[in-house]
Parts: sequence; C-alpha cells; structure tokens
Amino acid sequence: MNETKIEVQKLNAWFKTTHALKDVSLTVPKNTVLAIIGPSGCGKSTFVRCLNRMHELVPGARQSGKVLVDGQDLHARRVDPVDLRRRVGMVFQRPNPFPTMSIFDNVVAGLRLNGIRGNYDEQVEKSLRQAALWDEVKDRLQHSALSLSGGQQQRLCIARSLAIEPEVLLMDEPASALDPIATAKIEELIHDLRATLTIVIVTHNMQQAARVSDATAFFYLGELVEHGPTEEIFTNPREPRTEDYVTGKFG
Amino acid sequence: MKSLGLRRGVNWAMTALCALALLVALVPLASLLWLVISRGLAGLSWDFFTSTPAPVGESGGGVANAIAGTLYIVGIACLIGVPLGVGAGVYLAERGDGPLGGAIRFTAEVLSGVPSIIIGIVAYALVVLPMRRFSALAGGVALAVLMVPTLARSTEELVRLVPRSLREASLALGVSEWRTSLSVVLRTALGGILTAILLAVARAAGETAPLLFTALNNQYWNLRADQPTASLTVQIYNYAVSPYQDWHDKAWSAALVLLLLVGTLSLAARLLARNRFR
Amino acid sequence: MKAHTDKTYDVQLDDLRNKLLSLGGKVETEIATCMRSLAERDSVLAEQVIAQDREVNRMEVEIDEACRRLLVLRQPAASDLRFITTALKIVVDLERIGDLAVNVAERAIDLNQSPPLRPMHDLTKLAELCQKQVRAALDAFVDGDVAKAEAVIKDDDLLDSVYHNLFSELLALMMEDPRNIRRANSLLFVAKHLERLGDHATNVAEMVIYMVRGTDVRHPGSRNSKSVPP
Repeated sequence: MNETKIEVQKLNAWFKTTHALKDVSLTVPKNTVLAIIGPSGCGKSTFVRCLNRMHELVPGARQSGKVLVDGQDLHARRVDPVDLRRRVGMVFQRPNPFPTMSIFDNVVAGLRLNGIRGNYDEQVEKSLRQAALWDEVKDRLQHSALSLSGGQQQRLCIARSLAIEPEVLLMDEPASALDPIATAKIEELIHDLRATLTIVIVTHNMQQAARVSDATAFFYLGELVEHGPTEEIFTNPREPRTEDYVTGKFG
Repeated sequence: MKSLGLRRGVNWAMTALCALALLVALVPLASLLWLVISRGLAGLSWDFFTSTPAPVGESGGGVANAIAGTLYIVGIACLIGVPLGVGAGVYLAERGDGPLGGAIRFTAEVLSGVPSIIIGIVAYALVVLPMRRFSALAGGVALAVLMVPTLARSTEELVRLVPRSLREASLALGVSEWRTSLSVVLRTALGGILTAILLAVARAAGETAPLLFTALNNQYWNLRADQPTASLTVQIYNYAVSPYQDWHDKAWSAALVLLLLVGTLSLAARLLARNRFR
Repeated sequence: MKAHTDKTYDVQLDDLRNKLLSLGGKVETEIATCMRSLAERDSVLAEQVIAQDREVNRMEVEIDEACRRLLVLRQPAASDLRFITTALKIVVDLERIGDLAVNVAERAIDLNQSPPLRPMHDLTKLAELCQKQVRAALDAFVDGDVAKAEAVIKDDDLLDSVYHNLFSELLALMMEDPRNIRRANSLLFVAKHLERLGDHATNVAEMVIYMVRGTDVRHPGSRNSKSVPP
C-alpha cells in the first residue's frame, strides 16, 4: 500500500444554508486514482472543489474540517490558497483554455502569471508530451488555443495544469463534453499520469470510473456512502444505496 | 385551424408592415445625411482642413484648429474617463454584488440620465471658476464625466460575459485574484471594452452643450490644456447662429467633417467588434 | 427487490431468469426420464431423452446470447453483473447435466437389450439424490437462497458415499461372475454419470452463493489475496 497523499477528515461544506457535504472522511494513497461517483447534486463536485479551496470562492460558501496533503493541513488559515493550488491542480468539465492566448502561452500561463521565469520552451514540450498532445500541436504552438478541437483543448488544459508541476490533479468530469475517442485519450492519459501524480476524478459515467480508478467513492445527498476498491464497488458493494446506484435503480 | 393560404397572407402582410416601418425610420436618417452632404460638400477643400477660421467677410479659412481641438479635448476626456470608467466597471463585475456596488451602479445610472448641459455647468463650477479661465481641461473633464457611466456599465457587462470557467482556470493554476482579474478576465474582455471606448469617444466628440461653458472656443491654434480651445461642435454652433450666409455654409461643411469623424469612429468600433467574434 | 429505473432492463433480466428456469426444468425431466427408461426397461423413453437434449442445446445457445447482449448493451454492475455472469456459468453446468442424462439414456438402451442384472437399490437411491440436488440447486438460484445452496454443497458428500458403495457392489458382481462384467460395467458408467451430474449441481449451488453474496466459495485458498480495504 502506498503512503497516504490526501487525508480528508470530517469535511463539511455549505452553500449559504445548504449543507452540501456532511462529515466526509477518506484517504487517497499516493499515485492512485480515486473516482467520485454519485447522482447530480450529491456533493461530488463540491468535494473536489474543497480539496483546492475553490469552494470558498463562491459567495456564501463555507467549509470546515481538515484536508491534509502529505500530512500538512492546507486548509489552515495561515496557508495561502494560492500556494495550495500550485500543488493541487484542477481540470474542469468543459475545456477552458484562455481564448486570447496561443497554445504555447496557455501552457505557460500558470508559470507566467505566477511570475516564474525559466526556459518555457522545455516546460511546454514536457507538459504537452505528458498530456499526449505534443505531436498534434508541435508545429502550431503560436496558433490560437481555440483552433484546437474540444478533446485537444481539454488535453491542453491538462498540459496547462501539469506545467506548474502539481502533486495532485483534480478532474471535475473532464470528459463529459467529449466524444468517445477524445474520452479514451483522456482516460489513457489518466493511466499514465498516475505514475507521477495522485488523481481525484469526478465522473457521471460509471464505466469511466470503473475503467480509470483504483478506488471509488459513492456520494449521495452530501454523504460519503461507500468508499472502496473500484472492483468491489462495481461487483459487490456493501451498501444497498451503492448497489441501487451502480445497477441503475435510482429515482 | 386556419387555412394555409390565410396564414401565408397574414405572414406576407406582417412582413410588409415591418419593411414599411423600417423605411419610415430610415427617412430622417437619409434626409439628414443628404442635407449635410449636399450643403456641406461644396465648402470642403484642402484649405478647410488646414487653416484657422477667417474673420467675417474674408473668404477662405477653415476649421483645422477645431478638428485638432475636438481631438485634444476628447483625448483629455479619455485620459480621465477611460481608467475611471473601466476600473469602475471591473469593480462592479468582480465585487459589485454588495451595497457599495449597488450604490455605484445607481450613481452611474443617475449620472447617465443627467442632461449634458448640466454636466457642463458642473464642470464650469468645479474647474472653470477655480482656474478663472475656460480651458481644454475643463472641457475634457466635462466629457469624461459624460463617458464614465456608460463606460462603467458596458465594461461591467463585458467583464461579466467572460466565462466564470476562465477565472476558475486561472485561480486553479494558483494565480492570485488581482492577477486573474487583470491578466485573464480583463484581457479576454479587452476587444469589447475597446469597442465600448470608441463608441463613448464618438458620443463625446459629438457633444456641444458641455463644451459651451468649459472649453469655450478659440479662433486660433491652441494645444495648451489651460487655454480656451476650439471644437467642431461649438464652431458649428457659432457659425450656425451667426447672421452671415458665408458662415452658415461653413457650419454645414464643419458638420460634414464632424459626421465623418464620428462615423469613422463608429465604423472602427464595429470592425473591432466583428474581429473579436471571428 | 427494487426495480430498475429503466423498466425494460428488468424485463430483459426476468426473461433471462425464466429461460434458465425452463432449461433447468428440461434437464430435470431428462434425468427422471432416463432413470425410468432404465428401471422400466423402456428404450423409447431413452430415445425421448436423446431427442429432448437437442432442445436443451438450443436453449444453451439462446441463453448465452441473451447474456452477451445484456453485458454489452447494459454494462451491468453489482448484483446484475453477478446474476448475468452466474447465468453464463450455470447454463454450462445445466447443459452438461443434460449431456450426462443422454449418456445414461444411451447406456439404458444398451442394457435394455440384455436380461436385467440384479435390482440395484443403491442406483435408484443415487438417481433420486441427483434429482433432488439438481432441483434444490435450481430452487436456490430462483430464490437467491444461500442456505439451500449450502445444503446442496454439503449433500454432495452423501451422494459420493452412495456412489462409492455402488462402485464396490458392482465390482463384487464382476468378480463373482465374468458374464456380469459387460452389464455391470455399463451400470458403473451410469453411476459415474450420475455422480458427475451431482457435481454439476454443486457447481450451480456455488455460483448461487457468489451471485447472492459476492464471495467466491469455490476452491478455498486458491484465489488472489483480497485487495486491502482503504
């Protein structure tokens, strides 16, 4: 068993008066992929957004509890969320490259905007290779990021996240807006990235969770209902609510 | 169920009515253009663009100083108004949900409804009286006050149009909030904001009332901020209210020049807007 | 049991369950008929068994197809997945039971052509036990009844001991008189077929336990170590 990378202790989150996450505790071992599944509104997006403190940016949002990365509490008040987000990257549901920037500038945006100087060329190639996009864009790095297809844009966003060399990558339904081939590429990428990163991925697609993850957590109505090895969740869940969800007996 | 023929007939009639309404609306615009061009074109010459006004009775002379003055005053107005207007707009979009934002928005709304002549009087009281002279600066201040509310509102709209996801993408990269506002959000909205600035400039360049008590007028070249300065609009006004036929003709020509200037700015704004969405 | 959100999924699963039950019923009849053919020395009955087995084979193919279709179209998970994979496995056992009944029927035809050997009390007992085991395994499958399935697995020992008694008895007969060898040998095959048939019933019972509980009870100790819970 790998050492623990992320440890969540009694995490609670609210939107104004709505209690969106209730006492969630779980751990993610280093270099593994955790998939978060559950019906819409179950708190799975809120959960990952708590991990890099994007949740607190929403007006009226609060959270309590602890999130430890490598044993260090990154939700303590003295920790700057900006530092946390450099260690915990995030990829969103819809590809969101910066429209005014070229492919090259998008990849280095995180470095440049954070005032990090250095040999961008090397970093761009490395990140784009990691995101399995290099061969497709190496001859047009100065083109607009919007000239890419949806799947390429999403891999560009992944490359952009990787460029700041995070330790953890959060993915909020990264393939839900993509076609099956682009989805397969993202999934293959997740398998490769596991070697260097710890990944938490939210997905509506249970087959996707089954394909890419080592462990799966099922959320329902803000609660963590069940968390276990992916194979077990999908063949023999312990909780009846998980069983109903994975077999399609909800609603 | 009505018959297909009847429905087709109604459809045709309504389309015809809409076309008619459009034609009626176009009549004033077309006649305005026709009048200004037909009366003003004769007076246009190289001289008209390069000379200062000639005294009454003398032939020749032009509005060169007024063209320069308009550009100069509008330039001053931009220097003051654009940072204020855009800054306020960004603030409203990013942080404007609280009571302060509401107050700013309300003020802007009231301000944009104030007749421009009153803004001229205020600038007169606030700038001209303490300085004891009419000046380009006073004119610029008056036009800036005119530009700020519209610029603030359109900037707010444009910044709000920038998808939340872009802001989040930047924040998720560990970029600080102010840097995100500046380098990502404002940069993305920049094309639209430039268009809004051009439209505000075009509108300000066409104002007469706020300039009457502020920049006043000047028969000679002036590019000093603390001196009375000519402007196309005031020049047209002066020519038009004079009793001389010669000056009336000059007023038409100056009007044509102003129309061209404002038209060019609007056209540039439209081209910029189109490029943004290509 | 809670219904699926998509009702047609339930219809398809029920359809598969019914097909399996009807296949189970057919092989039960085959066992009964082949044993009657032996006891009543009626080769016509044996021919019936052989003919009916073609229907069993056809149904096996049909059930296989239904399972494949559900797997690819529904991508089942959890209890649905376990039900369908169980169906895929027990259909093989049921078809094998049918084949064994055919083998017994063929021996019966052979035996019915010579005068009867001594009445074999243990053979009747073995046949009854087999029928009971197959029926119990199918009942366990239908009801998802783990206790019944466990009973089937346990009772297989009983079946084995009856078989061993019968084996010794037939061996004694052969040593008594060499003229008995041919018929006793045939009966020995019949017994062996029945014993194998019981094993298939046990397989079905084991799969039923997997289907219900999600734990594999076969070959203890041979599985990969269970993944460590987080």
